[in-house]
Amino acid sequence: MELKKVMFYPGCTLKGVAKNLEDSTVESAKVLGYDFVELPGWTCCGAVYGLAQDSVKFTLANVRNLIKAQNYGKEIGDNRVIAVCSMCYNNLRRAHIDVMKNRDKLKTLDLFMDEEVDYEGNINVLHYLQFLKNDVGFDKIAEKVKKPLKGLKVAPYYGCLLLRPDEVAIDNREDPHILEQLLEILGAEVVDYPLKNECCGSYHTVDKKEIVSERTYKLVNVAREMGADVIATSCPLCFFNLDKRQEITKQRHGDFQHMPIVYFTQLMAIAFGLTSQDVLHFEKHYISPEEVLRKWL
Amino acid sequence: MKYTIKEDPHKNELVQKVIEISGENIFACYQCGRCSSGCPMAEFMDVLPNQVFMFLQEGDVDTLLQAKTPWICAACFTCTVRCPVGLDLAAVMEAIRELQLRKNYDYVDPYKVEERGELPPIALVSNFRKFTP
Repeated sequence: MELKKVMFYPGCTLKGVAKNLEDSTVESAKVLGYDFVELPGWTCCGAVYGLAQDSVKFTLANVRNLIKAQNYGKEIGDNRVIAVCSMCYNNLRRAHIDVMKNRDKLKTLDLFMDEEVDYEGNINVLHYLQFLKNDVGFDKIAEKVKKPLKGLKVAPYYGCLLLRPDEVAIDNREDPHILEQLLEILGAEVVDYPLKNECCGSYHTVDKKEIVSERTYKLVNVAREMGADVIATSCPLCFFNLDKRQEITKQRHGDFQHMPIVYFTQLMAIAFGLTSQDVLHFEKHYISPEEVLRKWL
Repeated sequence: MKYTIKEDPHKNELVQKVIEISGENIFACYQCGRCSSGCPMAEFMDVLPNQVFMFLQEGDVDTLLQAKTPWICAACFTCTVRCPVGLDLAAVMEAIRELQLRKNYDYVDPYKVEERGELPPIALVSNFRKFTP
């Protein structure tokens, strides 16, 4: 079967610490018939969107990325750009909406950029979950499941940037279900996780680890109380805060019990029968999920 | 927390700067407290999100420049999406940070960050974007 080419925006983090997210995304997409082609010449999205009204600097890099997508999209005849990192998705999508709403801002940026063509505004930035639900279709995903994750209790964790602000939300921001729907199709048992849309502490992990560790303590403990074996996420920063920060959480709270954290794409890859470490990269996890997932590996 | 009405906020230069940078009408807040009740960072703050608006409306930006709160906000937008009058609180927090950052103030010194090789790039980029000029 020939794979259909779709533009993929990996972002910086997927190229290093989140190799497990990149490879499980690209490989699972292949199973579904899509070739995720890396957007040629992409640059960093800036991770957080600038909120100051009088500054356009945080929008510039994103608009440049959108223009690169516009150019390459014409070549392959597809205007969709898929991002899987929540921060990348949020930034690219916000930049697109921002400049479409504020044409003066776009004009300023167009005048500033010398080499690029103007942004025409027809790029469709999608998160991988949206792509799976609306473009691929959950029924088609169900057909590809070889090893249903029967008995695996998963807490779905969205974090902030897939759901907020409203203009970029991939689902209902207070009670999203898109990730639950996918996990159920993969055969997993989804636990009701009330903290699924609460912040993990985000960039405070750099200079205020103790704040993040308190968030990790709460997020992991509640997932455990609800009966989860693992927490599934899509954001590499949430992943780091929930996984690696369990180290300091354990030092601060003697009663804390570790829990493995996985990307939803890793669970999808496993359900598709892709269990090679070249795809899953469990070496990237601080708390290895191997024990919990052994039955399906 | 002590509140003193310092001066007419409409004439206070710093309040006006916060309004200009954030693009938000800080006078629309009527202290319902929904922001503070849902804030996942509230327990670490010295001034609660709703109190930030109280200080702004009283023309007292100095207290906010001394406060930890703008540097504790993680821009998760929980308050922003729940505010009944549609205020973007995250943008107001950013504006208060900007008042200091635009004076070339480093809240975080990139050279003193531990685990630089281990942290995800998005953690470093987002942190430096929020906490350095």
